[in-house]
Amino acid sequence: MTAIAPVDNSNTVPAVPTKSTSGKAVARKTGLTLGAWIVGLIVFLPIGWMVITAFKPESAAETWPPRFTFSPTLSEFTIVFSGMGPYITNSAIATIGSTILVLVLGLPAAYALSVRPVKRWRDGLFFFISTKMLPVVAAIGPLYILVLRTGLLDSIWALIILYAAMNLPLAIWMLRSFMLEVPSETLEAARLDGAGRIREITEVIMPVVSPGLVSTALICVIFAWNELFLALNLTVTKAATMPMFLISSVPQEGLYIAHLSAAATVASVPVIIVGWIAQRSLVRGLSMGAIK
Amino acid sequence: MAAVTYSKASRVYAKGAVPAVDTLDLGIKDGEFMVLVGPSGSGKTTALRMLAGLEPVDAGRVEIGGADVSGTPPKDRDIAMVFQNYALYPGKTVAENMGFALKMQRVPKPERDRRVREAARLLDLDESMLDRKPKQLSGGQRQRVAMGRAIVREPKVFLMDEPLSNLDAKLRVHTRGQIAELQRRLGITTVYVTHDQVEAMTMGHRVAVLSGGRLQQCGTPRELYDNPVNQFVAGFIGSPAMNLRTAPLADGGALLPGTVIPLPPGLPSGLSEVVVGIRPEHLRLTTKDNPGIPNGSSRLLSGHVILVEELGADALLHVRLDGDSGGDSGGVPGERGGDPVVARAEGRRPPSPGEKVTLSVDPADVLAFHPGTGARIAA
Repeated sequence: MTAIAPVDNSNTVPAVPTKSTSGKAVARKTGLTLGAWIVGLIVFLPIGWMVITAFKPESAAETWPPRFTFSPTLSEFTIVFSGMGPYITNSAIATIGSTILVLVLGLPAAYALSVRPVKRWRDGLFFFISTKMLPVVAAIGPLYILVLRTGLLDSIWALIILYAAMNLPLAIWMLRSFMLEVPSETLEAARLDGAGRIREITEVIMPVVSPGLVSTALICVIFAWNELFLALNLTVTKAATMPMFLISSVPQEGLYIAHLSAAATVASVPVIIVGWIAQRSLVRGLSMGAIK
Repeated sequence: MAAVTYSKASRVYAKGAVPAVDTLDLGIKDGEFMVLVGPSGSGKTTALRMLAGLEPVDAGRVEIGGADVSGTPPKDRDIAMVFQNYALYPGKTVAENMGFALKMQRVPKPERDRRVREAARLLDLDESMLDRKPKQLSGGQRQRVAMGRAIVREPKVFLMDEPLSNLDAKLRVHTRGQIAELQRRLGITTVYVTHDQVEAMTMGHRVAVLSGGRLQQCGTPRELYDNPVNQFVAGFIGSPAMNLRTAPLADGGALLPGTVIPLPPGLPSGLSEVVVGIRPEHLRLTTKDNPGIPNGSSRLLSGHVILVEELGADALLHVRLDGDSGGDSGGVPGERGGDPVVARAEGRRPPSPGEKVTLSVDPADVLAFHPGTGARIAA
């Protein structure tokens, strides 16, 4: 009888507590939403201010108190566009080139660490992520000498190779977690159906992995596009990238804020677009390993 | 179409570990529907995967059609497998899924289409479904596509690894019949793995019961039910399970509360107790009109009903025998004397809980097992 009693209770006195808890739930939800909006606004405010400032004439850019009324102008953008041509080309080449390299190297690596794991695959996996533990600053000395001796100083090739090396560990981890999503039984079915290794990859694994491949590529694009430290130390003019262009726009005297804002806005646009496209698969790709 | 033979086949996962499949000897005839059944960890799936080539054969041989295939890669064994989770290719349409093996064999497209459509018709898969992706199908439809993928290959052997376990109960019963019927029509040798003894009994021409990597018994469902070779098979086959309990020996019989059941004369000497097994339908409820001693040899067991499970056509009575302690031994049948026995009674007017009943049993229906080895003690 004791086992039945609680069930009876919940049947007879449900109305009041349910109502109050649902009321609490609504309040909680409202509070959370409000909090999220506040945090969002705090994060967005400087960015918004940057975009607004980019449209100001230089005279109105830095005033105290800040001015909200001004006649918007594209003059700063015009200056930025006229100067950034080679930088944006370099950035595009370094970004796309390194991302392709990452995928070409990362896909087989991820395959060998997931679908058909090599011996000591755990060690391999740890090795890849351990390369991210060393601060780049600590490596820049040797890197500089290597790049200098190979004659790649101020060459876009140096950036392509280094950006690929920089993104490869993360890409391998992400691609691996996507490949683990392919059920082993499906791979076995393919083996029974007579698919060789190539067919297994092209016909069975790729269709499952391709969304993950896209999000991995996009994250590599974002990281490579934004990279400054290596570009700053290993390039001068010939191979200088967008972040370098931004730095060159930083005025020593604290003037030309509108110009800097315009340059920063232009530099952010590709990343924002890519991030927006990638956001859904990005969250999935990054959290997948965590769930398993 | 071909016969399949396991010849002392073993699979050991790690050095020194207990073999997952231990020197399995099993012959499957051409066109036969063989069911491998056993609890989880019994090695039934491993045995199937050895036949598929997905697990190596560490010792012994596996033969298909008389040829040793132990070292042959899966694709060259001319077999088709249906997986538990169907393992359909998510990026491909139903037709592409079914025709993939043929494509790999470079069968020309018109021929491929013809065979896919034929298989679809055989499985009642709608023509319009062929262009859908697996994601857009229900569980039952996916199951049929997985079957279709196996059928279009027209293989020597079908392998099925619990293909019904992801379906709901009603669909499972329906599909069970369909698969058995299809196999009969196609006449292709089939090895079917399941943990469900009802599936095993209803589908298989013969059933092989495995436990702990070893083959316990292989026979027709009727043989397994009527003549289990040991206590494991007796307890595993049949639903509700056979009543098994350890009983002390007393002058030529097993001592149950209130009666002595005569045992076959071939008792090994030195035993002080045996395990007796009685099927629930062999415990007959006696009433005033039916005293239950038709030939005078029946023995009577009295007790009171503690639970009635109504199944419609019949009812299962859980009866605690008089003289048994009330303490439950934790549900392990046969472990101790205190467990209630289960009797199958006519469903119309079963006794109610608490009622005193008398059950009669014909000693000819009672099986005896060795308490140590579990082996059947037969006359």
